[in-house]
Amino acid sequence: MTTMQRLLQLPVNAVNIVKTVQSQVQGQEEDKSPVLSPDSGQQTWYSALQPDELRHLRSGGTGGGGGGGGGGGGADQEERGSQEDGGGGGSFQSQPLRHDDLKEMLDSNKDSLKLEAMKRIVAMIARGKNASDLFPAVVKNVACKNIEVKKLVYVYLVRYAEEQQDLALLSISTFQRGLKDPNQLIRASALRVLSSIRVTIIVPIMMLAIKEAASDMSPYVRKTAAHAIPKLYSLDPEQKDQLIEVIEKLLADKTTLVAGSVVMAFEEVCPERIDLIHKNYRKLCNLLIDVEEWGQVVIINMLTRYARTQFLNPNINESLLEEGGGADKTFYGSDEDEDEDEEEKEKKAEAAAMAKRKPYVMDPDHRLLLRNTKPLLQSRNAAVVMAVAQLYFHLAPKAEVGVIAKALVRLLRSHSEVQYVVLQNVATMTIKRRGMFEPYLKSFYIRSTDPTQIKILKLEVLTNLANETNISTILREFQTYIKSMDKDFVAATIQAIGRCATNIGEVRDTCLNGLVQLLSNRDELVVAESVVVIKKLLQMQPEKHSDIIKHMAKLTDNIQVPMARASILWLIGEYCEHVPKIAPDVLRKMAKSFTNEEDIVKLQILNLAAKLYLTNSKQTKLLTQYVLNLAKYDQNYDIRDRARFIRQLIVPTEKSGALSKYAKKLFLALKPAPVLESPFKDRDHFQLGSLSHLLNAKAGGYQELPDWPESAPDASVRNVEVPEWTKCSSREKRKEKKVEKPFYSDSEGESGPTESADSESDSASGSESGSEGSGSASESEESGGVSVSEEEEEEEEEEKKTKKRELKKAVQESESEQSSEEEDRKHERKMKQQKSDSESESDEEEESESESSQSESDDSESEAEVRKKKKAAESKPPSKPAKRETTKEKKEMSLLDLDDFEPAPSPQVTPVNNLFSNSLVTDLEGLSLSEAVLLPATITPSSVLKSYELLHRITGEGLSVEYCFSRQPFSPDANMVAVQMQFTNSSASDTKSLHMEDVKLQSGMRVKEFPEIESLPAGETATAVMGIDFCDSTQAANFQLCTHTRKFFVSIQPPVGELMRPVFLTENEFKKEQGQLMGMNEITEKLTLDAKCRNEHAIVQRVTTAANLSRVPCGSDKECSPPVPPPEHPVHRFAGRTVTSGSLVLVTVATREEGAAQLTINCEKMVIGTMLVKDILLALTQ
Amino acid sequence: MINSLFLISHSGDIFLEKHWKSVISRSVCDYFLEAKEKAGDPENVAPVLQTPHHYLISIYRGKLFFLSVTQTEVPPLFVIEFLHRVADTFQDYFGDCSEVVIKENTVTVYELLEEMLDNGFPLATESNVLKEMIRPPTILRSVVNTLTGGSNVGGTLPTGQLSNVPWRRAGVKYTNNEAYFDVIEEIDAILDKSGTTVFAEIQGVVEACVKLTGMPDLTLSFMNPRLLDDVSFHPCVRFKRWESERVLSFIPPDGNFRLMSYHVSSQNLVAIPVYVKQNISFLETGSCGRLDITIGPKQTMGKTVENLTVTIPMPKSVLSVNLTATQGTYTFDLTTKVVLWDVGKLNPQKLPNLRGSISIQTGSPKPEENPSINIGLQIQQLAISGLKVSRLDMYGEKYKPFKGVKYVTKAGKFQVRT
Repeated sequence: MTTMQRLLQLPVNAVNIVKTVQSQVQGQEEDKSPVLSPDSGQQTWYSALQPDELRHLRSGGTGGGGGGGGGGGGADQEERGSQEDGGGGGSFQSQPLRHDDLKEMLDSNKDSLKLEAMKRIVAMIARGKNASDLFPAVVKNVACKNIEVKKLVYVYLVRYAEEQQDLALLSISTFQRGLKDPNQLIRASALRVLSSIRVTIIVPIMMLAIKEAASDMSPYVRKTAAHAIPKLYSLDPEQKDQLIEVIEKLLADKTTLVAGSVVMAFEEVCPERIDLIHKNYRKLCNLLIDVEEWGQVVIINMLTRYARTQFLNPNINESLLEEGGGADKTFYGSDEDEDEDEEEKEKKAEAAAMAKRKPYVMDPDHRLLLRNTKPLLQSRNAAVVMAVAQLYFHLAPKAEVGVIAKALVRLLRSHSEVQYVVLQNVATMTIKRRGMFEPYLKSFYIRSTDPTQIKILKLEVLTNLANETNISTILREFQTYIKSMDKDFVAATIQAIGRCATNIGEVRDTCLNGLVQLLSNRDELVVAESVVVIKKLLQMQPEKHSDIIKHMAKLTDNIQVPMARASILWLIGEYCEHVPKIAPDVLRKMAKSFTNEEDIVKLQILNLAAKLYLTNSKQTKLLTQYVLNLAKYDQNYDIRDRARFIRQLIVPTEKSGALSKYAKKLFLALKPAPVLESPFKDRDHFQLGSLSHLLNAKAGGYQELPDWPESAPDASVRNVEVPEWTKCSSREKRKEKKVEKPFYSDSEGESGPTESADSESDSASGSESGSEGSGSASESEESGGVSVSEEEEEEEEEEKKTKKRELKKAVQESESEQSSEEEDRKHERKMKQQKSDSESESDEEEESESESSQSESDDSESEAEVRKKKKAAESKPPSKPAKRETTKEKKEMSLLDLDDFEPAPSPQVTPVNNLFSNSLVTDLEGLSLSEAVLLPATITPSSVLKSYELLHRITGEGLSVEYCFSRQPFSPDANMVAVQMQFTNSSASDTKSLHMEDVKLQSGMRVKEFPEIESLPAGETATAVMGIDFCDSTQAANFQLCTHTRKFFVSIQPPVGELMRPVFLTENEFKKEQGQLMGMNEITEKLTLDAKCRNEHAIVQRVTTAANLSRVPCGSDKECSPPVPPPEHPVHRFAGRTVTSGSLVLVTVATREEGAAQLTINCEKMVIGTMLVKDILLALTQ
Repeated sequence: MINSLFLISHSGDIFLEKHWKSVISRSVCDYFLEAKEKAGDPENVAPVLQTPHHYLISIYRGKLFFLSVTQTEVPPLFVIEFLHRVADTFQDYFGDCSEVVIKENTVTVYELLEEMLDNGFPLATESNVLKEMIRPPTILRSVVNTLTGGSNVGGTLPTGQLSNVPWRRAGVKYTNNEAYFDVIEEIDAILDKSGTTVFAEIQGVVEACVKLTGMPDLTLSFMNPRLLDDVSFHPCVRFKRWESERVLSFIPPDGNFRLMSYHVSSQNLVAIPVYVKQNISFLETGSCGRLDITIGPKQTMGKTVENLTVTIPMPKSVLSVNLTATQGTYTFDLTTKVVLWDVGKLNPQKLPNLRGSISIQTGSPKPEENPSINIGLQIQQLAISGLKVSRLDMYGEKYKPFKGVKYVTKAGKFQVRT
């Protein structure tokens, strides 16, 4: 190897090939040898690496010029030597001169000839013919000016480069030049081909190129870089670490063009590095809808896996209940039950306890994913629809999974391959969630024109959907199917009938009769299948059906299908006591035909003989022996073995061991009835829609769908520093202000604008109008407050606030454009924080209010009142300064909230107040609507009320509904919890006759429906109050919300804290009651109070937010007198009664040093107590 | 994702192969051919097959098998959907997707495949982008090309891939600006022996042919959008506007495309346009049977039923039929045993009738099942669901386009059980 060769990293025979080619083109066809001896003129050739130059040289050669001619001479001389030369030369030998004309054309100067040649070569490749010997001739044209020739050369190159690595190197420089081209499309195309030629030597070049392209200006080039990553990875897995760096970089890309490709690369290179996704999760969710469809599929599948590792199971309560065998026992059983549970099934109880500790709140990021994927169910691409469907199936709360059914049913209109895959998945889904597809039962009816495999899958789905109510329709359908000409399908139908019969007791006899009728069918296959199924059914209740067995015994004369014969014989043997007369006769006939039977039938004959011998040896002894003898000489060793075994076991001889005593037990043991199961059972442990699921076997590269985590991993990992909405495109208004302000973005990303759950009115138009309304309302309210207050200082304060509010309003407006999910996500995450933060704000508000209402509220029992009174008394004189202080304190403690309370410069403070006022307004509205008599004094501070979404704007087609537990007594029925609903119509048209229907409740629960809302004009908001008696359980109330056009399934699930109402107890009463609720009814937890919640006020606030309880005035504040200094470690007591049963709920928070505290709950309803402990614990520690 | 693609003819001839990663020997297709042999009917070949080292995912389109080979986990629908997209593209380019056409245009096909996938992952599937890169062959162009040595490959690079409306190319120009919308509804129904509806629903599509200059932004609204129970859209449709206002707002692709497909809730009663009185019976003795079919109009909303066809797949034991049709002509295919009766227009005054005898192979038993009857029909100027387009507005361009809407109702999977 010469230095030059080494320099170029070209192996020796590459040199030879080049030379060979040259010589061939020169028309010396017989020549397979190197044109030149290794040392002569080599340098000349290698310096001609540039294809253009190469060609130039070549044409010189054909001209018969010096160098070429000389080479030719050399070739002749070397002829003999070349034949020993293996390797590269070999391939030319196999097809010596065939492509000569093509080479000629490729070498011509005319593009049209080149093109023609390339077309013929590509056609050869397409047909799978070997065109590798043309490589040198083709590769020269890589720099051809004609774009089509160039493209075809690329095609050729990508196909053969792997086989001709050395020659392929000749083309590299062209691509390297292309990578620097000013045109992005040329850069991209160069990178694409460069990364597609699988030549290991250029790995470093590729790596470099990818890295460079990953930071290219053009998103299209970056996309190509993402595509190149898996190519390089498959070429050289060693590069993984470096590639991951590139992937990480590209994942942060903000364009839709890149997203799909880079996630694809992620999936192929490092699917296990789920941590790379955290920072990009929200961005991916938000971009999703604009990503091209193929990318959507990949991203959705990846996010499904991601969500499974990062969020809690939304159905956790349900799944625990399922395991625990009934909700009542686990959660609401008597104390003994509970006790037992805890002792016996510690694990489950632990899990259950966990669930109780945290009543499930969906992570806002989880919600974001569900919400952003939902519109994609409308995609025209079946793969996207399927991806969303599987995402919902694996991730959504049970109540929401239903939405996918419609879309999946739609896919059944598509190509039969699509149907095939969709039906497979539907079959799996129907096992887990039958209800979802029940309304679409008829869509699975079978047409005679369907291909058999589709028919069988539809049958599977129909069978899975069968239940008591629809079985008669389904059976009627099955009846038509049985008459089909497609016999495989008929057999499958019979199996399906069998499964229906086993699953649904009511129709077992009908099915059995139907199947027995089929026994007289003319088609043997049908009869045989029926026999097999009947056998299984009879096994469940043999006593009743001896006549069927008799009937089947007769069939042995006619049926020839071995499986059916075997089944009949087994049945007769098994139940020979039911047919004592027939059985021996059947054995006689079988003995006669024994030698001609199939093996499985023979085995069953032996079986029958043995069983008869044991039960009726008088009649059958000789027959049995005869059969055994026949079997002894059978050709099949299984049968011989069986015969030997049976003989030893049943025929008593002196040698037969102890076992023969048990022969009867062995043979006639009671056999469990077979369970006819769907082949799709438990398939859902594979990710639906995956290849593995379809094959029911793990495919290479399949990523397991992880189980839900026990406890939620840190959600803050997904926080990003950059404000998200600056990324998402197509929003204009928001850019008006403060977009660029870094502090704002901080608060956006990490602490978020404090929007309480009330702010759910996040529809673009809805929130705008809503906030406007509320804004003005709050202002007016404010002014009321101002007029009442007489202190100047306060007035100033108010003014400031008003200003702030105005600002806020503006912000709100500009922000309302912002995608709703963000708000949602943030507010949920920050619930706790907010509440404490917002506290001070609300306090201010409250104060003005409480001052005004001070006089009249003396006799009020409401906890809020007590607190207000206290506060009014305590903190009135130094009111404002104190407030500020607390605010500042907070600031120091949690840096994140900093901006929210910065008074002047930051407009983003605002959402908080706005929201309050918003909810307050709705509260007031609700009050005026429902209970006009109510004292204004009983209004609970609205900040305490948390509202939940009942119907999202998107789902509700413009109608959005929120609800909150208003904590007002529900006047029509004291045992009901008042639920206040706020309807917002953000659609363009009026919504009429809003009412509820079809209430589905757990036993004992009751609902008082809200009065029908006749009409809700577009853009308007209305509220209504309904009452629900939850029976002191956290079971959801499900019902349909109906408008004049649509029905929406919704459900309301109460947090445990809303299941009680406050009662007023004195400290002594409290202690007395507490004394009676000791032992099992007392739950104590130690905790460390959250840093922000060490003062009395915060504790009270948080506890009352978590549960509807009232404060028990204790010694120190009984007099409300500031002079009495509060004890060093005060004890806070709260009392309430459950709404339905009126059981006392007593809560004690005893504080200790250093923020330590002890929480004690006494309640005779243990379950409520346990759940409440978790809730309050959570409220106090976060 | 997709490693290789093989195109296999109906008879099992592998006539095109393309590899995106390392070459996979075409012997891998043997597993598929074996399965195809076993299945008999090509429709019954499982779309997904597992071989020791590869997974084969195939579709059957236009008497061709598109067989893709993959080595790792991939959502099967992803591949299937992509293969159909490939077939659609061929259809779009060559007007047909058959073996002959593909063989004729191998190079174009190859170029297309090269652009559609990169390393097995879909790259450019929008027909607009593809057409910019590779021009569809036309007779004129091929003549010109042979004379001048021009090519079908676009000289420019696909700018469409860079735009955020990848479905529309820039700089479209027409002298006549027109936009046509066809609302096509198909009735899927199963009727039982007595004529009662077992199951019926309406599936509709809005096909569009838009030839408008520039970048028009269209808004199509319906009189009664609430009818639509389930919809799926072309990616150009703005989903948010549909959600909030129930209008279709979109920047249209250039040329023909499917704007949306929809499903009309099965709760609405579906009007069945025709009734079928039929009597097909096979005699117990003697190898023959009788057939008597009459078709009449039922709920046609005063429109004429056209292109009425009746297809009856006979049991395999049927040897021949001897029938007389009062209207139209009938054929009996001896190999597939299908009676096809082409009725034409349905005349309410004189109902078409087909009757006669069927002869069965001697010795074979009487067929178990009576054949089911498949009906094909078409009604012009009627959307059977009652859907109506109310208006089409154009924004963003100054000229006045010509707008047209057409309604057609067809029978989809319309089957009468006997």
